[in-house]
This record gives sequence, structure tokens and C-alpha cells, in this order.
Amino acid sequence: MSKNWILYIALLAITVAAPFLFPSYTAFLATLWLFIVVAQAWDMTGGQMGYNSLGNIFFYGTGMYAGAVFAIGLYYNVGEWTDASRSEIFSFTAGQYYTGMVVGIIGAGLFCGLCALIIGPLFFGLRGPYFAIGTLGLAIAAGEIVSNIEWLGGGQGISMPHSPLHPDFEKVLIYFLFAGLGVVLFIFCKWFYSTRFGAAINAIRDDEEKAEAMGIHTLRYKTITWAISAVFVGAAGAVSAFQLIHFEPLETAYQTINLGIFMVVCVLLGGKGTLWGPVIGAILFHVFKEVTWNYFLGGQWVALGLLIVIIVVFFQDGLMGYLKHRRPEWFGIKVESKDKEAAA
Amino acid sequence: MSNIIEAHGVSKSYGGVKANTDISLTVKKGGITGLIGPNGSGKTTMFNSIVGYHPIDEGSIKFEGQEISKMLVPEIARLGLLRTFQQTRIYSQMNCVENMLISMPHRKMSLMDAFRRNTKADTDKAEHLLEFVGLYEKRYLQAGSLSFGQQKLLEFAMALMNEPTVLLLDEPTAGINPTLINGLIDRLKRANTEFGITLFIIEHNMRVIMNMADHIYCLAHGQMLAEGTPAEIQDDQRVIDAYLGAH
Repeated sequence: MSKNWILYIALLAITVAAPFLFPSYTAFLATLWLFIVVAQAWDMTGGQMGYNSLGNIFFYGTGMYAGAVFAIGLYYNVGEWTDASRSEIFSFTAGQYYTGMVVGIIGAGLFCGLCALIIGPLFFGLRGPYFAIGTLGLAIAAGEIVSNIEWLGGGQGISMPHSPLHPDFEKVLIYFLFAGLGVVLFIFCKWFYSTRFGAAINAIRDDEEKAEAMGIHTLRYKTITWAISAVFVGAAGAVSAFQLIHFEPLETAYQTINLGIFMVVCVLLGGKGTLWGPVIGAILFHVFKEVTWNYFLGGQWVALGLLIVIIVVFFQDGLMGYLKHRRPEWFGIKVESKDKEAAA
Repeated sequence: MSNIIEAHGVSKSYGGVKANTDISLTVKKGGITGLIGPNGSGKTTMFNSIVGYHPIDEGSIKFEGQEISKMLVPEIARLGLLRTFQQTRIYSQMNCVENMLISMPHRKMSLMDAFRRNTKADTDKAEHLLEFVGLYEKRYLQAGSLSFGQQKLLEFAMALMNEPTVLLLDEPTAGINPTLINGLIDRLKRANTEFGITLFIIEHNMRVIMNMADHIYCLAHGQMLAEGTPAEIQDDQRVIDAYLGAH
């Protein structure tokens, strides 16, 4: 146990020190933490509950827009702000910027959680591949709808207020926002999976009909889990909005084929339904992505496709699943008799 | 003894196949009631009707005086009416103790209780029940790696963990090693006497059901063929004919 604590403290120290030790990699590391957050959040429903959503990017995009609307709406009329003939009359003081940032990130998280609570009961009537396709449809539809709302800037997208910070410091701030979300989510998940609630969503994954027959409130648990997951994805979306300064609906906010798929690949790579799987998967995938996107440009999608095929065919349980299969005793899977226990 | 389950005139058909026609039966509180009949006679359909897996076409089913024929599966389960499955259903990726802990009676839990961890008392109870069914040594193995018979025992222990009022068992001894069956009969009887759980059992093994039940219903071709004490059923010519294929 104490060994684990040393590991956790060491990891936390690395997390805090990283942007100062490797300043030129700050943006890279910030994106890595974004991947960890969305992958871990995806695993809450996909891995732990067995509901593979392809539409969690909906919460990311909605979080971006919600973050922007809350941050800007605090001080200005959003419709005037997004009007194409925008002039310099909109200025944010440092105080307004940071207040907007805090309100935007928290507000976006809560708004996305509320969205999940409302749409959850509709979507959880779908099972297996139908849930995946249904949620994918939700994300695609949301992107198209938002790109037609002039109040939100339409297809042009929306610009965020300018940061009062020097860009180098702004990068570090964004890094710590993502990293903070990631650490909070990890600690939350570690606790959440140890509760009866966590056990109940595992039961839903393994045999939902049995869980129902045992009297578990399946719909309630499913909806709440998705909502918690949505809170973190939405908040991460809002941080991305501040990071990107300007974003548009289809390619950035509701980027179904990019981040929407990446988060699933991260989890598959690391191992579904494990606490560390999404984290390790996100690190591996992010490195893979940077290497192919930088040194293999033009072939990067082919490489990604190849990676997915290899995972699905040879590595279905991901890295953690592979370890669990090869070294079950590391995960406490063993025969233990009463006599042995008495002897020990 | 009062009636805890009262089914009256229940009919259910799948397309043109009449699985149950005008079935009436009662389960006495605190007793062990048996349901027998040849393969395809509609026993499991009747079970499914009681626990709400499919809507019945006609009739009424009451549990503790409350009409349940229009209720959904989880709602009925939360009333304390639980069933096990003919093909076992356990959570295969988890170990036995986790399987047991998931089976905690969620109906007695508020949402805030769900955000708590299981207590030492819960784990002790789970391990005690695993010992009761003889799976204590295998408690940290993945449930999916257990044999079919062991999975049945695990499912039975999970049902006990849930503290039901009535337990519907669909062929509890099918696939279990004959030498273990006596032990299982003993445990079922103890579940009935010690834990006070009313049992309603579908069973093909005549020796088992005649040993346990105090009242038996016999179905054939979706209709009620006979009812009575084990001795009456054993001597009923219609039951013997049904099993030997006279119908």
C-alpha cells in the first residue's frame, strides 16, 4: 500500500514538473492530458458499463460551446459577439477573463452533465451496436445543428476572448487545467469503482438482464454514470475552447472522426474496464499519433487504421487485459483455501 | 399459511403456439412449491410471466396481494420476488465475492448508499454464503471459469445474498454432479427453514422435487394437468402418462 502511495506521489510530482522541465513540449503534454481525460471518461461507460458510445464527442463539442457562451455571456451579448462585423469594442480585463474561464469550465461541465441526464433515458433503450450508432448520430446531428445557429457563429465558429497572459504562460495554464481535470477524474474513478455503484455498473456490463432480475436500478445507474462522464468531457471541451482561441463546429468542436474515435482507440489500446488502461492507452496512442502525424504525413490515417485493425484482431483486451490474462495473480485471481489462510 | 403468489387464469401464446392456457396456481408463504412437467410444457414460460419478462395475454398474477402482471422486471425484483435462470447467469468477468457483493439487495438501498463502499459485514456475509454453498475456496476465481454446476451454486448463493421474500428456481439441480445434489437439496431446505425464504421450484429430477416440495403442480402442453402433495402426484396416472408420452 505504501509502495503505491510513493508511486502516486512520484507521478504527481512528474505531472507538476513536466511543463517546466520540457517547456517546448507543454502543448504536446496538454493534449496528452486531454486524451487521458476523454479516454478515462469514455471508459466509465464503454469499459466499466459496457455501453460503447461513439458520440461522447457530443459532450466535448457541447462543452466547448457552453464554455464559450458562459464566459462571453457573463459580460456581453453572445449574439453581438459572434456577429461577423465584430469590432474592437469587446475587451476583457484580466479579472473578467479568469472569471469567465472558471465559470465557463464549471458551467460547461454541469451543462453537459444535464444534457446526459436528459438524453440518457432516451439512448439507454438502445443496446450494443445500436447504442454506438445512436450516439454517433447524436454527435453528427449536433454538429450540423450548431453550424446553423447564427447566434453561436454558425459554420464560422466562435472566437474566445484574448488571454491577458503571455502565450508561453497561457500554455502552462492550459496544461495545468487539463492535468488537473485528469488527476481529479483519476482519483474520482479510483474511488467510484470501489463503491457499490461501481459494482452495479460492472454488473450491467456483464449481464444487464441478470442485473435487472436482481433488482438493480439499471436505468438510474446508467444515466448517472454517463452524466458524470459527460461532466468531465464537457469541462475538457471548455478548456480546449480557451486553448484554441477560435473554433468551428464540424472540424473542431464535434470532431467525430478525430477525437471522437481517438478516445475509443486509446481505451482499446490500454485495456477496457481497467483504471490504468485508458491512461496507458492515451500515452501510447498520443506518442503513436505524434510520430505518424509528423514523420509519416500523408499516411497517418492508414497507420491509424492499421493500428485499429491490429488491436481489434490481436489485442482485443488491450495491454492491461493482456497482462491480466498472462499474470492473473497480479490481479488477485487465485485459489485460496481456508486452511492456507489459517496457516499463514 | 397464506398465499404469497396467486396466479389466476394466466394465458400466454407466442404467435400460434399456446405456451400457457388458463393456468391458476398459488404459492404458500413459507413453503416449498414445485412445478413439474415434460419438456416444452410451459414451466419456464409461467416463471417468466410471474417475474415480468413478457406481458401475459390474459389473467392476473398477484404477489402479496398486489397485482404485478403489468409491472416491469426490475420493479418486481425490487418487491422481493427473485428468480434464478435455467441457463445460469452470473457476472463472468468478476470473481465470486464480487458477484456476491453486487447481489446486495439494492431495493433496500438509497442512492447515497450506493456511493458507499461495501462494509466488512457485507463481505463477511458474502463469504459466509459462499461457504454455505461450498465455493469458499474458489471465491477469488473469475466466475466465468467455474464449472456449470459451480455457477449454479454461485447463482443460488447470489439469490440468497439478495434476501428475497420468494425465490423462483428454474431447475436448480440440472447439470449438477449427482453426488452434490443431496447437498443442494439440504441447502435449499435450509434456505427455506433458516432464512425463511419461500421457494417455488421448477425441477425435472423427480427424486429431488418429491423430497422437498410440500405441494406440486404438473403442467403438460401448457395446461394444468394435476396438483397435489408429492404422494398424490406420484400416483396420478395422468402425470405418469404425460411423462411417458401418452399425450
